[in-house]
Amino acid sequence: MSANITSASYKQLEERSKIKNLLLRWFLYFVLILFASYFIFPLYVMVVTSFKTMEEIRQGTLLTWPSQLNFESWAVAWGGRGYGAGDTFLRPYFWNSIKMVVPAVIFSTFIGAMTGYVLTKWRFKGDRWVFLFLLFGCFIPYQAILLPMARTLGELGISNSILGLVVVHSVYGIPFTTLFFRNYFVSIPNELIKAARIDGAGFFKIFFKILIPISYPIITVTVIWQFTQIWNDFLFGATFSFGKSAPIQVALNNMVLSSTSVKEYNVDMASAIIAGVPTLIVYVLAGKYFIRGLTSGAVKG
Amino acid sequence: MIALKIQDLSKSFGSTEVLKKINFEIEEGNFLVLLGPSGCGKSTLLNIVAGLETIDEGTVFIDDYNVGEVEPKDRNIAMVFQSYALYPSMNVKENMVFGLKQAKTSKEKIEEQLKKVSNFLHVDELLNRKPSQLSGGQRQRVAIGRALVREPRIFLFDEPLSNLDAKLRVEMRREIKKLHQKLKTTVVYVTHDQTEAMSLGTNIAIMNHGVIQQYDTPENIYNKPNNTFVADFIGSPSMNLISGQLVKNANNTSFIPEGSNQSNNISIKNYDFVKSLEENSNDVYFGIRPEHIHYKKINDTDFEVNLRTDLNEYIGHEQIITFNYCNQEVLGKFPSTVKIETGKEMKLFFDLSQISIFDKKTNNRI
Repeated sequence: MSANITSASYKQLEERSKIKNLLLRWFLYFVLILFASYFIFPLYVMVVTSFKTMEEIRQGTLLTWPSQLNFESWAVAWGGRGYGAGDTFLRPYFWNSIKMVVPAVIFSTFIGAMTGYVLTKWRFKGDRWVFLFLLFGCFIPYQAILLPMARTLGELGISNSILGLVVVHSVYGIPFTTLFFRNYFVSIPNELIKAARIDGAGFFKIFFKILIPISYPIITVTVIWQFTQIWNDFLFGATFSFGKSAPIQVALNNMVLSSTSVKEYNVDMASAIIAGVPTLIVYVLAGKYFIRGLTSGAVKG
Repeated sequence: MIALKIQDLSKSFGSTEVLKKINFEIEEGNFLVLLGPSGCGKSTLLNIVAGLETIDEGTVFIDDYNVGEVEPKDRNIAMVFQSYALYPSMNVKENMVFGLKQAKTSKEKIEEQLKKVSNFLHVDELLNRKPSQLSGGQRQRVAIGRALVREPRIFLFDEPLSNLDAKLRVEMRREIKKLHQKLKTTVVYVTHDQTEAMSLGTNIAIMNHGVIQQYDTPENIYNKPNNTFVADFIGSPSMNLISGQLVKNANNTSFIPEGSNQSNNISIKNYDFVKSLEENSNDVYFGIRPEHIHYKKINDTDFEVNLRTDLNEYIGHEQIITFNYCNQEVLGKFPSTVKIETGKEMKLFFDLSQISIFDKKTNNRI
């Protein structure tokens, strides 16, 4: 059969597969655009709504472009209306979150790097068990530790404080950061450490001079991961803090859910965007390295 | 002077014994090659000498000093690794002087050493490059340079050429040999490559299963292997081990290959026995290297035999022929200029001055 295919029928087959490929390609793009719109749609609604006046919103035209860019709701969300009691706005809580996120990310990343370094390059008896127990930390649902943690914070005298949240997030970040760094350091040849030891470098010197300078990809991954987790956390924030020391996610919740008068959708949307923007910025700035870090393996050389 | 001495050294990882009572010493200026198949413990031994691995039992002396408790950096050694292990974030210069800086050497001294070594190894033009910008051969050179600037008493090489391609490997091998000829520093060199071992070493220690099988000069290792492991490990193709029996007469000893009759015996009265023959140790291997089977008579003592050729492997400068000898495979190596037909009988001569005989029970040379 196949031996009998003439050049004419080759031509026919070629035509047929060309059409088939074209159709498949169009179908592919159709599906991709569909999915993309599905994801972009809520964000679009949020952004346009935040710029509309309440008049416009009440008309019920969800998808229309705002008649004019109205920044008032953004100002209200960030700075409030300026009257006394009951006026909740995000600014102080935004700074609360910054004050919580920055030290917590630094601590958990540093400790994770150290632990990963020891678990891979300074192996000791039982190190596998230590790592295994650390991994458990990744799987424990946070709800399970709320009460013991509340008690612990109380004993330490740092409940309902930003410091308390820094401690909680640092501790619960360590399993993840350790996992990241361990897996990265495992791919770095041990001969590098041996060479450094013969050259006379000690534990810390090897860590800071040899390993950290080649760990930027995984540091970036860890920082992004930790930043996103801690910034977006609601559970710990809502449980271990209230009033003035709450982080932004808790404040956002209070703002949106506790208003007794008319729901101001434009202010709610603006607030939600403000609360989400820092993680977006981190992704935009470091996203390139995030992918690179996730996929980078052994360090050559 | 003895530069390095290992005494009753044992090491286990968990339940696996990696090194079992290792003993040897090496004169200053010698080039010792630790040779063996992977997993024989040779790299562990090297790491122990470097102080990177702890000792379970036994002692390591460097210049007659027990270095058991001495840090790697203070052992007066330098090591070159298989993966080069150059610090990726530092350039060549920083890589080479890192050790000196750690040792708080003066700036002038560092500069002087760096200049000397980089000139010597022709890496002076690479000093500002990162390791990732270097070729394999250049990386290896820098790794050797990093070892040289320390001016160590002993160089340790851990399979330094295994990551290079075949051509570069031969080049670097010669450079290492030249280096040793010039510097006359003691070297301990680990490899699984017998050609490297033979061409570089002044002494070779062949290891298997954590035991040194033979510690000798390359010539003795090749010509007088201690046991069947060494005989089989060294040489390509390896030594033919023909199974058979020794028969003693009044004034003669002869070998009868398995599966043949009394008439087919090889007289070995000129063989230099290292041990007197025991009465019941007559099950033996008759070892002869493929290149010691000749196609024409060279010595008077050569033993003539007619064998059928089964297989011909042509490899350019020579050909390897498989023969059937009393239903045992025997390999011969001949120049490719000799015309040999497969499936025919051929007259051959065993060079009896080059044979080795091993006890079948102990596998040791007798």
